[in-house]
Amino acid sequence: MANRAQQLLSHIKMSTEEHAQIWSNVPLAPEDSIFKLTAAYKADPFPQKVNLGVGAYRDDNNKPWVLPVVRKATHILINDLGRDHEYLPITGLPEYTSAAGKLIFGLQSAALKEGRVTSVQTISGTGANHLGALFLSRFYQWNGPPTIYLSNPTWANHHAIFKNVGIEPKDHPYFEAKTVGLDFVGFTDTVKAAPARSIFLLHACAHNPTGVDPTMEQWAELANLFLEKGHYAFFDCAYQGFASGDLEQDIKAVRHFEERGVPMLVCQSFAKNAGLYSERIGALHVVGGAKDEATRVKSQLSVLQRSEISNPPGFGARLIGLILNDPVLFDEWKVDIKVMAHRIIDMRYQLHAKLTNELKTPGNWDHIIKQIGMFSFTGLNPTQVKAVVEKAHIYMTGNGRISMAGLNSGNIAYVAESIDKAVRGTL
Amino acid sequence: MLSIARRQINSRAVRSASIWAAVAQGPPDAILGVTEAFKADKDPKKINLGVGAYRDENGKPYVLPSVKKAEEIMAAAMGDKEYLPITGDAGFTKAAAKLAYGADSAPIVDGRIAVTQSISGTGALRIGGAFLARHYPHSKTIYLPVPSWGNHTPIFRDSGLEVKGYRYFDKKTVGLDFNGLIEDLKNAPERSIVLLHACAHNPTGVDPTQEQWKQISDVVKASGYEKKLFPFFDMAYQGFASGSTLRDAFAVRYFVEQGHQVALSQSFAKNMGLYGERVGAFSLTTSSPEEKARVDSQLKIVIRPMYSNPPLHGARIAGTILNDTQLYAQWEAEVKGMADRIISMRDALYNKLTHDLNTPGEWGHIKSQIGMFSFTGLKPEQTKALAEKAHIYMTGDGRISMAGLNAHNIGYFAEED
Repeated sequence: MANRAQQLLSHIKMSTEEHAQIWSNVPLAPEDSIFKLTAAYKADPFPQKVNLGVGAYRDDNNKPWVLPVVRKATHILINDLGRDHEYLPITGLPEYTSAAGKLIFGLQSAALKEGRVTSVQTISGTGANHLGALFLSRFYQWNGPPTIYLSNPTWANHHAIFKNVGIEPKDHPYFEAKTVGLDFVGFTDTVKAAPARSIFLLHACAHNPTGVDPTMEQWAELANLFLEKGHYAFFDCAYQGFASGDLEQDIKAVRHFEERGVPMLVCQSFAKNAGLYSERIGALHVVGGAKDEATRVKSQLSVLQRSEISNPPGFGARLIGLILNDPVLFDEWKVDIKVMAHRIIDMRYQLHAKLTNELKTPGNWDHIIKQIGMFSFTGLNPTQVKAVVEKAHIYMTGNGRISMAGLNSGNIAYVAESIDKAVRGTL
Repeated sequence: MLSIARRQINSRAVRSASIWAAVAQGPPDAILGVTEAFKADKDPKKINLGVGAYRDENGKPYVLPSVKKAEEIMAAAMGDKEYLPITGDAGFTKAAAKLAYGADSAPIVDGRIAVTQSISGTGALRIGGAFLARHYPHSKTIYLPVPSWGNHTPIFRDSGLEVKGYRYFDKKTVGLDFNGLIEDLKNAPERSIVLLHACAHNPTGVDPTQEQWKQISDVVKASGYEKKLFPFFDMAYQGFASGSTLRDAFAVRYFVEQGHQVALSQSFAKNMGLYGERVGAFSLTTSSPEEKARVDSQLKIVIRPMYSNPPLHGARIAGTILNDTQLYAQWEAEVKGMADRIISMRDALYNKLTHDLNTPGEWGHIKSQIGMFSFTGLKPEQTKALAEKAHIYMTGDGRISMAGLNAHNIGYFAEED
């Protein structure tokens, strides 16, 4: 009798055993390393702790900074009685994508004038990288198994993005530890040796994580090689304006490649230069050979976008669309960008001065002012990094990368002293 | 200066022309393409019954007052724009799960629901599809009702699942083929995934009754452990279907109560009118908080290489509403208002066809169907003719969006139909 009741019960309600079956083998994935660093920083009670792992701009008070032009544009949007929340077209808000394309390619661009650029709104830079990679995985005429060359090192997520769509990442030499600079010979050797029509990911400016960019001469040489080999340029542009403070200056490499006719696409993000990290506003621009090609490319990008997100989010696009298309707001944005870029450049000069002139820290620290953008590869080795993190409570990634945005007038002396001690081994 | 390094090899005409030359023109989207055609039409009497976006009595988009209020609260708070976590705004996801499952649902109380913010319903389905393709150990096949929302197939196929169908719509009765549904689910291979529209089936508007849901639950569970199917609910219209968020969640809550482990895709596009802000959530019920943590970690692995983390604005609006007693109550009334208008349009269309025009045929299905959409029973040639001759736009399968009807155009529509 009891057995029969048991049987019935197990038929009516599922036992925990059965519950346990479905997801019991799902493994725990490792936590994102930057996340772990931030979590460790947050948990640290040390009063002078410094977070140099953060990939988002901070003001001199170590606070997130919403750009004044963004606050202004938000106010305009919120109070616009004609505004609604209707679906955007699959490829995004046209006035946004069009202006975003002009920002990249410039008003003199032949590709733009001839209607050869396909621009699609994406979920920030990651979304653009993903959509570009997915498009290539489906439509590129691969010379061998799908592969992309990535700089060693590169943004951590690049590897996962390409693997996710079946493109195998291959490293090429980039950072040279002994000069704390660019291994241009190693880089170009790979470009020459790679099979024809290989795809290379290029950081448009402010290389992440090293801060080391090629010079314009070096970019021109790369363009020569790309044309010779028929290589494809996959540009990732996450810091236009944010690197030097000048939107036009920072995009020169991209425009040079477009002028030269190198086959290319550009991934664009407004996360940093507009401080709109959380609104996920970016774009993918694919340069084609002819106008009708651009139409066909657009149709295929739409198909890909539709089965993942249907259409992209409206708020960030409306904000940036407003800023880019209004001359007054656009000028104000340029001013806000300079505030951020110049504060970072200032921190570079101050750190450099402290190490070189005040503390006379052993070694050459010129790379700190030669490098550009939010990140800097300090040149500290793993032992020194460990000491700085554990003993000085200054949080940076194991490769010695620091985010200049985490430096401010309140902590720069402490950071410089700690680096000095770590190098001398006295921390 | 650059003359040595710069050999003038400009291959623009030759090389870049060949790169994408072979890319074929992709098909226009079956649903979103309808609005494109509508926009291009210059006829003043044109009606758009294509895309599922709510329209008010004057045919205009409706921004919910509770949404507007939430936005004003957010603007005043002057929050920052820092990245959300990969799985999104916690205030939103927690509230979204509560809305769907109910505050006293066992998995909610036990803290064993893994939930992530998503790019609206599409994104939730895509995350779910990819997660299941990778981690659901028992099957790589998902069964969709026939017919289903057009985008379901590409979403699941691109996620890496095989897509099959189960009988759903009965053309003869313009209603549910319940026996066919039950038979097909019984015959589906053990542990297959089955997609269920929680309420307001898209595109037919035909829902199972609560009694029928109970029977479906039994079949999905089946009499033996081995024959269980995995239920994946798509809930895009909670509150929007009947006017009651509680009532519309019946199927999901019943299944969970019955001990099923489920996957759920939620969208706030329609019920909060947040369409373009892309507000949604994907969740899985798990067996323990420890398992939830593992599942959660793998959801992040799916999301990170696609778009890193979701947009803040829409989710913050939704979270603000759901977590504020007054706004919540206001919102529930507004959703009911939308649902009521749609129900009244159904009644009005039925009356026009049956009483005013004495149109041949049985039109009861217009009233018995639920939600934004209605299957007219029209064939592709007929829908094409309606678009070309009468400038009335609907999807080729004969689906109309009731939200596109109003007092001004319903007469014209009924006559042309």
